[in-house]
Amino acid sequence: MTDTSGLTAERCIELLDAREVSCRELVTAYLDRIDREDPGLHAFLRTRREAALAEADGFDRDGRTGLQGVPIALKDILCTKGEETTAGSRILAGHVPIYDGGCVSRVKAAGLVSLGKTNMDEFAMGSSTENSAFGVTRNPWDTDRVPGGSSGGSSAAVAAGFAPLALGTDTGGSIRQPAALCGVVGMKPTYGAVSRYGLIAFASSLDQIGPFALTVRDCALLLQVICGKDECDATSVELPEPIAVPDAQDLRGVRIGVPSALLEQGIEPGVRDAFDAGIRSAQGLGAEVVEVALPHAGYALPAYYLIAPAEASANLSRFDGVRYGLRCEEDGDTIIDMYGRTRAEGFGAEVKRRIMLGTYALSAGYYDAYYGMAQKVRTRIRDDFQTAFGACDLIAMPTSPTVAFRIGERVGDPWAMYASDVLTVPVNLAGLPGISLPCGLSEGLPVGFQLVGPAFAENRILSAAHALEGALGFDPRPPAAAEARA
Amino acid sequence: MSAEAGRWEPVIGLEIHVQLNTDSKMFCRCENRFGEEPNTRTCPVCLGHPGALPTINAGAVDKAIEIGLALDCDVASRCQFHRKNYFYPDSPKAYQISQYDEPICAHGHLDVDGARIGITRAHLEEDAAKLVHAGGAGGRIAGAESSVVDFNRCGTPLVEIVTEPDLRSPEQAVAFLGLLKNTLQTIGVSDCDMEKGSLRCDANVSVRRRGDSALGTKTELKNMNSFKFLGEGMAAEIERQIGLLESGEAVLQETLHYDPAQRRLHARRSKEEADDYRYFPEPDLVPLEPSRDDVERLRGGLPELPGARIARFRDELGIPAHDAVDLNATPAIAGYFEAVVAAGADPKAAADWVRNQPGAVDRVPAASLAGLIGLIAAGTITATIAKQVYGLLEADPASDPAALVEQHGLATVGDSSELDALVAQVIDSNPALVEQFRGGKDGVINALVGQVMKETRGRADARQVQELLRSRL
Repeated sequence: MTDTSGLTAERCIELLDAREVSCRELVTAYLDRIDREDPGLHAFLRTRREAALAEADGFDRDGRTGLQGVPIALKDILCTKGEETTAGSRILAGHVPIYDGGCVSRVKAAGLVSLGKTNMDEFAMGSSTENSAFGVTRNPWDTDRVPGGSSGGSSAAVAAGFAPLALGTDTGGSIRQPAALCGVVGMKPTYGAVSRYGLIAFASSLDQIGPFALTVRDCALLLQVICGKDECDATSVELPEPIAVPDAQDLRGVRIGVPSALLEQGIEPGVRDAFDAGIRSAQGLGAEVVEVALPHAGYALPAYYLIAPAEASANLSRFDGVRYGLRCEEDGDTIIDMYGRTRAEGFGAEVKRRIMLGTYALSAGYYDAYYGMAQKVRTRIRDDFQTAFGACDLIAMPTSPTVAFRIGERVGDPWAMYASDVLTVPVNLAGLPGISLPCGLSEGLPVGFQLVGPAFAENRILSAAHALEGALGFDPRPPAAAEARA
Repeated sequence: MSAEAGRWEPVIGLEIHVQLNTDSKMFCRCENRFGEEPNTRTCPVCLGHPGALPTINAGAVDKAIEIGLALDCDVASRCQFHRKNYFYPDSPKAYQISQYDEPICAHGHLDVDGARIGITRAHLEEDAAKLVHAGGAGGRIAGAESSVVDFNRCGTPLVEIVTEPDLRSPEQAVAFLGLLKNTLQTIGVSDCDMEKGSLRCDANVSVRRRGDSALGTKTELKNMNSFKFLGEGMAAEIERQIGLLESGEAVLQETLHYDPAQRRLHARRSKEEADDYRYFPEPDLVPLEPSRDDVERLRGGLPELPGARIARFRDELGIPAHDAVDLNATPAIAGYFEAVVAAGADPKAAADWVRNQPGAVDRVPAASLAGLIGLIAAGTITATIAKQVYGLLEADPASDPAALVEQHGLATVGDSSELDALVAQVIDSNPALVEQFRGGKDGVINALVGQVMKETRGRADARQVQELLRSRL
């Protein structure tokens, strides 16, 4: 049937509503494409053909409406009852959760059909998906390059036409950066907008689940499903206004702030050019562009690399070989030996590095200088954004300072890898919503345009991003797929 | 107390853990119950499964606030949970959600026998799972072949109460714990059963030269799971510390476990390698902000507390201070005593009966005991006979004391011809004793009284008998 490359969720709904395709045909088309092309990309860790087809048949038999029957891919950090969930780690290989996470429950209740679980950096720690214990994911635009991370499997899946929608998680940029590198739309909602229950925690005060899609409107459709208070997550809240599917055609009356000082260094020229073109398009749509300052944003990376590892050091302590997941072959003499061996075998290098960093940052005598100081910086950054939003409605930045880099290029240099998130991390520290949408190509690779709003301004972001998306006219199909189609 | 001991002053502070009797656990909705089949009261949250998140049990917060109010603490308008990190199989997340520098309650006190004992803080946390050691000696970890974990207890709401180092003797510490336990039972937050572990007490013990203001090096005593062992353990440790200091040695800061069988303390681990729990604010929970309205509502709902009730028994009912404390050993005893008094008994007589007959509270209706006390007061029966009637009441709690006296013919042989006749009879049949008495041996009268009492089978008032004898002789 249909070529799923470039096929949006909205178009899927049209096809299903018009009965031009059945749910089974639609799901089969996606699964067949995955079977055919994913061996070269490795976006998925597991697919669930039989279960997905059974769900599709149910809708074909009983009738459907809305998003029912539309396929989705889930990052393998989201607990799915009865279905393996590994967070990309050897220590959770074979782990089958006994419950569905809050967000997964909502996705199921909406009738979205999960095609499978996508690859990711181990415990969401990374910006390239190279830290997966189960092999790297390749960028559909250039298979020698990374898809970004940590939600690289989800972004690659949407870009490659393996699913019209996907869920990822964003702790320091893990939705927006891979969205940028794969030329798709990805959004991190306001902290608290989506339940974290059943999201295997990396850094609890920063983690947030969000959508990937080919269009801003598709993102909004998925946000409508996943946002809202969950009694199982004490930090979740009800949105002050429901998510609306945007239809704005211009940006008249919208003030867009650009933190120019922050963008002076470290941005690739091609990225800068595409971003500037995006800004000009916004102006062309009637937006007023103003200068804003985020004076402490330069300290965001150091603060982030204390806070996130500190929380991770506690969150990952439960993986001890006692109750679930990997247990070392030889227990050793004491329970502490068993813990040590299990964790030495089960965790990858980056995870170990961050556990050590975080443990150190929380240790007696160092807490105030590291974790305590980082929290103060975090407060300053939050205040910076608040001040900036006094002068503008939205802040625009490139999502990533570079386009997709080559596989292996940054593996040996953690700081270069961490720098991928320099423009996304401040947004997480401030708990704000941000979207990345493709704004053009540099050296044939997608560039991401980031729009950040005040807390719970999801609708404002979606509306502006939709208008801009229309003006930019980016074709989200990677060249290989586009050629095949032509 | 030896001369050496007299030179030293013990200084004791207590850390008390109280399991709250809420319906559900602290951070999940699992049933909070003791004694169920292992691992049947669990869920992803209390098992620490990947992705699971805690949510605060509002009922446990209320009970923690009630504890704070009962101990005259300040209730924080904002407090925070922290993670306390440590690896052990009883802790499935490898951290305990506890409170650190922002406890829900602080700066309180509890007065015991006129001494004010400061309460440093009372904070909320979750209990650990229970480890069961199989194949070793007596369920101990040392020598066990295997250990298994029961997560039913994991996540039970706990309040940890920390006192200032204001206690000066093991006896005072035990009395304090008794009053605290009674207070917690009275407000209904815990069953406080030390054997089941719903009340657990560690003691920080040090000694210093009398008159010194600086504190000596302390040791932490654990594993004292009864009032008796608590007292014994602290006494043994004080003796040990004094011995060390007298012989010029230093006390080492360490954790000690009391072994009641050997009445000895065993070192567990040296505190030189101080545990670093790497506390940090629990990011999965938002700060707790009890409203002033809620605090006042909870304050208004508190019953009369044992401290106040002891004072009332003493001041209003005229009960000696020490007896008033005894009567408040448990809320049930105090309530029973009040019911006996309310049924018309003289308070002091009621106090004696309730203190001396510990079984009464469970077996004899308060009205019946009051009736019995009334019969004594009215002179219907003697004190000796009353004990007999009490025995009959215990055996048949539904019966009426007056009816029992009637039925068994136990009424006092009063100012009657019957008593006159008996006195005359005893005088007649004991000429030798009568002779001695008349010869000036006054003490002999007691033997004659005893003879009369024997004849009446205790139903006469001994004083009255003596008066009768004297007037006849």
